[in-house]
Amino acid sequence: MNCPECDAILNIPDDASVGEIISCPDCGADFEIAKKDGSNVELKQAETVGEDWGE
Amino acid sequence: MSKVCIVFDRLRTEEKMLQKEALDLGHDAVMLDAKITQINTDSKREDYDFGDIVLERCVSYFRGLHFTASLEFMDVPVLNKFDVANVCGNKMFMTLLLKKNNIPTPKTYFSFSGESAAENLEKVGYPLVIKPVIGSWGRGVMPIKDKDTMDAVLEIRNITDGPHDRIYYLQELIKRPPRDIRVITIGDEPIAAMYRKSSGGFKTNIALGADPELCEITKEIEDMAVKASKAMGGGILGIDMMEGDERGLVVHEVNNTVEFKGLARVAERNIPKEMIKFALNYVRK
Repeated sequence: MNCPECDAILNIPDDASVGEIISCPDCGADFEIAKKDGSNVELKQAETVGEDWGE
Repeated sequence: MSKVCIVFDRLRTEEKMLQKEALDLGHDAVMLDAKITQINTDSKREDYDFGDIVLERCVSYFRGLHFTASLEFMDVPVLNKFDVANVCGNKMFMTLLLKKNNIPTPKTYFSFSGESAAENLEKVGYPLVIKPVIGSWGRGVMPIKDKDTMDAVLEIRNITDGPHDRIYYLQELIKRPPRDIRVITIGDEPIAAMYRKSSGGFKTNIALGADPELCEITKEIEDMAVKASKAMGGGILGIDMMEGDERGLVVHEVNNTVEFKGLARVAERNIPKEMIKFALNYVRK
């Protein structure tokens, strides 16, 4: 499928799961897999990393 | 067969590893996205598929903390517990609790206004390290070596004006080798440890590119990790220590929703497997 931002081809691994983040290799935009049914994948804009994130 | 529920907001390698280990152990694993889960004051445990126990794995501290509160409200067993998450997520609360339990920790100065922080710094002398009380991956952690840096840092704090920006946490800069030690404890037992080596700067966070290298869990490291884990209230924790040149081992941080993919690459024990086993034993007790 193509990047909603820049139309580059996104490589989504077969074993990717809902909730995983996919980064566009061209423009660097991050997308979260919102739905996945076989090869049908729906993406949504990933959340921005916030100050209270991480270890 | 038991069921583990893994609550996430961003599915990382760690959550997938936990899911895999639960399945490999012959249990069921359900993944629950906190971002799309709705809870209200009439919610009951049976309205959801929380399994036998929840591993709260949100990257966002506040999201995880509040989600944990609602799980405990529904009497759902969750790791870590709310009180543990609450203390570990705030560096000031954590430092106070470490000190209260006589665990060696860097000397830390607290101020509650920019003017007072500046006064404190001038009184104590440079260098000190300023850290945001909430937040990690080493972000916002800065050594303050002179007055110019202090003025700049305090000015930025005044501009940003976040809810915790008026809490000034200033810590002694420990003289140490360019590395620290991360110990993962599960149920007060150290499972694995690694050195996190600085990749040039003074920070040693794996998220910033520090190289993980296996660290032998000596008796001293073990004792310190067990004490720190008990002080926080147990569960699954990441205990960070520094080897001070003069002070010996000091614990500077205890992490709640511990990331472990760096350490899992080099650890002898299977970290996610131990976490799943502990979680299921925890709920059987």
